[in-house]
Amino acid sequence: MSSEVLQLEGVSRTYGEGATAVAALRNVNLTIHAGEFVAVMGPSGSGKSSLLTLAGGLDKATAGEVFVEGTPLGGLSINELARLRRRAVGYVFQDFNLVPSLTAAENVALPRELDGIPARKARRQAKDALRLVGIEDLADRFMDQMSGGQQQRVAIARAIVGQRRLILADEPTGALDSATGDGILEVLRGRAEAGAAVVLVTHEARHAGWADRVVFLKDGRIVDEAASQHDPSVLLTGLGR
Amino acid sequence: MSIRHSLLALLQDEPRYGYQLRGEFEERTGSTWPLNIGQVYTTLDRLERDALVEKDGDDGEGHVIYSITAAGRAEVTGWFAAPVAATNPPRNELAIKLALALTLDGVDVAAVIQAQRSASMRLLQDYTRQRRAAGSAAREISGAQGPGGANDAAWLLVLDSLIFSTEAEVRWLDHCEGWMAQRAAAARKGVRPAASSQRTLTVPSVGTVVSQ
Repeated sequence: MSSEVLQLEGVSRTYGEGATAVAALRNVNLTIHAGEFVAVMGPSGSGKSSLLTLAGGLDKATAGEVFVEGTPLGGLSINELARLRRRAVGYVFQDFNLVPSLTAAENVALPRELDGIPARKARRQAKDALRLVGIEDLADRFMDQMSGGQQQRVAIARAIVGQRRLILADEPTGALDSATGDGILEVLRGRAEAGAAVVLVTHEARHAGWADRVVFLKDGRIVDEAASQHDPSVLLTGLGR
Repeated sequence: MSIRHSLLALLQDEPRYGYQLRGEFEERTGSTWPLNIGQVYTTLDRLERDALVEKDGDDGEGHVIYSITAAGRAEVTGWFAAPVAATNPPRNELAIKLALALTLDGVDVAAVIQAQRSASMRLLQDYTRQRRAAGSAAREISGAQGPGGANDAAWLLVLDSLIFSTEAEVRWLDHCEGWMAQRAAAARKGVRPAASSQRTLTVPSVGTVVSQ
């Protein structure tokens, strides 16, 4: 297995203090390598989204440390953290978080331009990302001219633009029909195969089925993992169960 | 599974001998439900006895060819027209195991659920990988007409069916776990769960057995 892209070492996150404190994550250890597609499952309130926001540097651990490509996030300044997020981490939000007054290509190019990449180059990278998600021809559309599935593809293009190494997706197939959802998973799978580490938070088993490894969270703890055995005889045994 | 109707439907397509029927059946369903040749010939004997097929000479290499009769065609038409009957829920070992785990002392039901969920997820991962491989193979030959393309499509449908039923199993396990958590919370607050009055299964749904 190749290099470690994301590591959580003894990570806990507690909200509030004293008697009203709520532990969202408790002593979580998790390592995700380049090229690996990991799904995180668990009931509501089990800590799935907390894990993702900590991994993306959007929140700070109460205890333990999060490493992205070996860099401990706890020691970074706000500006350093923002730079790391723009360069290495792609985040797909459940509700897209796209800017309505920008076109698809402008939305995707935005993080690159904020990172100081010349507009022309950022725009070219945005087109590449839109091509990867299959909507290159919609580059000049505004958000209100696109369907939910198309907007979600824009959100994913923004997360993968510039060959980001860590892609974090929070229920990215939320409101989409099953065929469109499968298209999104195909894109995420493709990024993992191109060498990115992909973390997908989902409550849908069928979507988690696309991952190499499924991590189960319960009450803020990792309680189990399921990794595919790559067993070709599975179909012969699967039904006799 | 109706082997009888499946073989009859294949014979409606064209006259065939036993090994051909087995090969056709397995190719169209992705070898998911392997048939043994003895089963095929026993079924053919019964179909012949019931006048739904008849022997139609041999292929010159000693294989006895069977062809469908008019009564056989009517039987196939009726089979496709009728929904698959689910009058009795199929025996579901997992539902039985969970029902017993819930009602017997000293069984860690949460552990039973999680062990099954991990196993089902692994299965789902394997099915999904095969679905992706089969899907890209089908795309490569898309546009190609003929029985090969149709058989690939049939295999994709079978895989989808396996994926969706495994997903349903995981969702049901999630549901059982959530339901148990609610009961535990209610017990802590001293609220008695609503008494269940009906325990007889009237709807053919396995999930209902345990949740009542």
